[in-house]
Amino acid sequence: MNAGPISATAAATRAAARQLLRIVIVGHVDHGKSTLVGRLFHDTGSLPDGKFEAIRKMCERRGMPFEWAFLMDAMQAERDQGITIDTAQIWFKTEKRDYTIIDAPGHKEFLKNMITGAAQSDAAVLVIDATEGVQEQSRRHGYLLHLLGVRQIAVAVNKMDAVGYREDVFTKIEAEYRDYLASIGVTPTFVVPVSAREGDNIATRSQAMEWYDGPTVVGALDSFQLPATSVDRPLRFPIQDVYKFDDRRILAGRIESGRLHVGDELMFSPSNNTARVKSIEVWPEPSDSDARPNTVGAGQCIGITLDDQLFVERGEMASHTTNPPVETEVFRAKLFWLGRKPLEKGKIYKMKIGTGEAQVTVQEIEHVLDTTDLSSSTTSKVERNQVGEVVLRSRRMLALDEHTRNGRTGRFVLIDGYDIAGGGIISMEGYADQRQLVTQRAKNITRVQHGVPTDERERQNGHKGGVLWFTGLSGAGKSTLATKLERALFDRGYQTYVLDGDNIRFGLNANLGFSPEERAENIRRVGEVAALFSRAGLLTITAFISPYQSDRERARKAAGEHFHEVYIKADLGTCEERDPKGLYAKARTGEIKDFTGISAPYEAPDTAELIIDTSNLSIDQALEELLGYVEKTFRS
Amino acid sequence: MNHLDELEAQSIYIFREAFNRIDNIAMLWSLGKDSNVMLWLARKAFFGHVPFPVMHVDTGKKFKEMYAFRDRYAKEWNLKFIREECPPVEATDETLPPAARSAARKTLGLKAAIEKHKFNALFAGIRRDEEALRAKERVFSPRGETGQWDFRDQPPEFWDQYKTDFPPGTHLRVHPLLHWTEIDIWRYSAREGIPLISLYFANNGKRYRSLGDEDITFPVDSTASTVDEIVEELLTTKVSERAGRAMDHEAEDSFERLRAEGYM
Repeated sequence: MNAGPISATAAATRAAARQLLRIVIVGHVDHGKSTLVGRLFHDTGSLPDGKFEAIRKMCERRGMPFEWAFLMDAMQAERDQGITIDTAQIWFKTEKRDYTIIDAPGHKEFLKNMITGAAQSDAAVLVIDATEGVQEQSRRHGYLLHLLGVRQIAVAVNKMDAVGYREDVFTKIEAEYRDYLASIGVTPTFVVPVSAREGDNIATRSQAMEWYDGPTVVGALDSFQLPATSVDRPLRFPIQDVYKFDDRRILAGRIESGRLHVGDELMFSPSNNTARVKSIEVWPEPSDSDARPNTVGAGQCIGITLDDQLFVERGEMASHTTNPPVETEVFRAKLFWLGRKPLEKGKIYKMKIGTGEAQVTVQEIEHVLDTTDLSSSTTSKVERNQVGEVVLRSRRMLALDEHTRNGRTGRFVLIDGYDIAGGGIISMEGYADQRQLVTQRAKNITRVQHGVPTDERERQNGHKGGVLWFTGLSGAGKSTLATKLERALFDRGYQTYVLDGDNIRFGLNANLGFSPEERAENIRRVGEVAALFSRAGLLTITAFISPYQSDRERARKAAGEHFHEVYIKADLGTCEERDPKGLYAKARTGEIKDFTGISAPYEAPDTAELIIDTSNLSIDQALEELLGYVEKTFRS
Repeated sequence: MNHLDELEAQSIYIFREAFNRIDNIAMLWSLGKDSNVMLWLARKAFFGHVPFPVMHVDTGKKFKEMYAFRDRYAKEWNLKFIREECPPVEATDETLPPAARSAARKTLGLKAAIEKHKFNALFAGIRRDEEALRAKERVFSPRGETGQWDFRDQPPEFWDQYKTDFPPGTHLRVHPLLHWTEIDIWRYSAREGIPLISLYFANNGKRYRSLGDEDITFPVDSTASTVDEIVEELLTTKVSERAGRAMDHEAEDSFERLRAEGYM
């Protein structure tokens, strides 16, 4: 009744030799994408029997001339309206290899379908109508291809027959579009003048355009490279699920990059647990146990067991202990928005990154980019079909990569309600990898009880210990107010001391520079010292820009309930005018890099216990407010 | 990794993703070459286990070879096997052409089975290269409350981030083979040694390229009697795979209407 199991055959072996490349066809509506696809099929002899006839009949029924686009436009509505609504796929082959052609709609309303098509592709053909030239969608699609990670792009300037096959028309469009692509960092592999309707430069060279000496569209496709595998990059193995079968606890998932061997020590982020790979599991089980795989690499969906029964769950990222992913709760992203409702500052979305999920808040919308002319504007919303540069903050620590370092683990989507509403790529520019800050290295340590209880200290001092954490831009008045407050409090009998930015960097933190990681470590140490001082009964005042919310939160955690965040507030213009140390001037000329407010972020507090607005208050007024606050809060 | 390895890995990823994200999911098993590959891939994804029910929605009109195949492997592979029946042809939409009505029985049977078992989602072994409308499908494809497919407004799907959040009551079709082609299926079946039904191999100059119900499925001219010969044939043929499936060809939009109503 059945042919039974059969062994690997010659045909199967040949299959391995044949390559497949996925190509998306994009461009403005009516620029002739579907026609180009129809022509490609016809001219490479890839049409199934009867298909040409069937299309001819459909056209006759509608009383229209022959329309190649009907090959891809499968839905009645698409054929009736002559537009592509959803992305479709079709297979064809050249001498060199097999192709999947993905036809993506050009209509603005169907951008989500264009993205669905383009994101599955290894390369793209972008179609521009020679009679209309570069249009809004030509630019937007070029930009989105780049953002989605498609790096090989051929541009087909179509309908050359309608402009008399004129070289000057082609050259003008080519120059204009190359300029645009160059401005977003893209170099098109080829720009080919074609007539899809007539078959010029599709599979065969055009007699009508002898002035063109580049490849045909088929030639351009055949010149594209297959996607490179990322086995030589650091290991990234996001856990997709954990199965418990036959007493084995199998961690399942796909290796996104790198390789993994039996015996390797794996680190799981963000939990930071480690264990060794005991086995790589496969089905069917090889009859010879020596035939079990010992190593697996990027792209493979695998299962492993560990030598230690760690608690590992979906969403954790396994790596080696060297070159692990970034750990952070805040990052920058360039994202495209497809949601019906705009992306808004302050709103919370569900983020999916690899197999992980987290709630993220839109902390900042830095720019909204008009992809057609690359002009940017500052608003608090990213509307549907726009691209925005944003800062997202998560409630928990995330394991991720910068997109430039690892495309697959450096991208995410946002969910609004039930819908996938946007996708983005990650940049850590200006933000610290927090892995070092949250990793405790020493083990076997226990806290020692102090000989003097806190309430005894308070009684003797006449006030509680605590931390007044001043944060604000350089020039906002932190140090000035801190030292004046220190004097005033001392005069009133307070045990008090100021920890100031520059002073600390002369000693305790002399080994730290100004990279995001070092700034974060600077603040981490200050936070710990301030907490110790406060437990010693002192009223500690700190004066640090401390631009990152995560760092201030960490300091708050160290000092507990006695932590009071004081936002010394002044707008950038005011601070720059004051420029007490001449730093803004240097930052503006680029002499100082990573300068807060100019070239590095400042995240203003949203939960400060006290706000002192120094652009509106005199020093004395500010001091009075601070004193009032201290008397009310710390006097016991 | 070669092409077949990549196809396999993608399918396994989809299986695991769906199994993790969706409660109460089952697999449709039509006993054809595609769903046999799908079942095989599920066993790979879950290390020899199939951790969800495998359901045959039976028209009662399959070939006897298919029933024999089903009964043997449901047992041998230790499947949680479910068989559900389809209603009679009289229960279908009478405005559909005859063969499409016959196919519509399956849609009704399927809806009843989903209702009975309260499945939130079903794995279905459709491929994009089978039919132009299927080419527009998503891997995770939401259906309305009555099973209908809104092909005008499908969710975006990129970077392997599938839509897995739905309001209560939404039903999903998950398509682990969407990216495969007919030749891929044969080459993979050969490579993996997946059991095959004999009807696919030539007998007296005819063979079946696609297996549906006995009364509306027709063989094509062929002398291919081994997998190798079938692959050779597919490399050169210009006859479409579903040429032997009558219901696709009755009217320009008959398949579209079937699919919109929930047909696979």
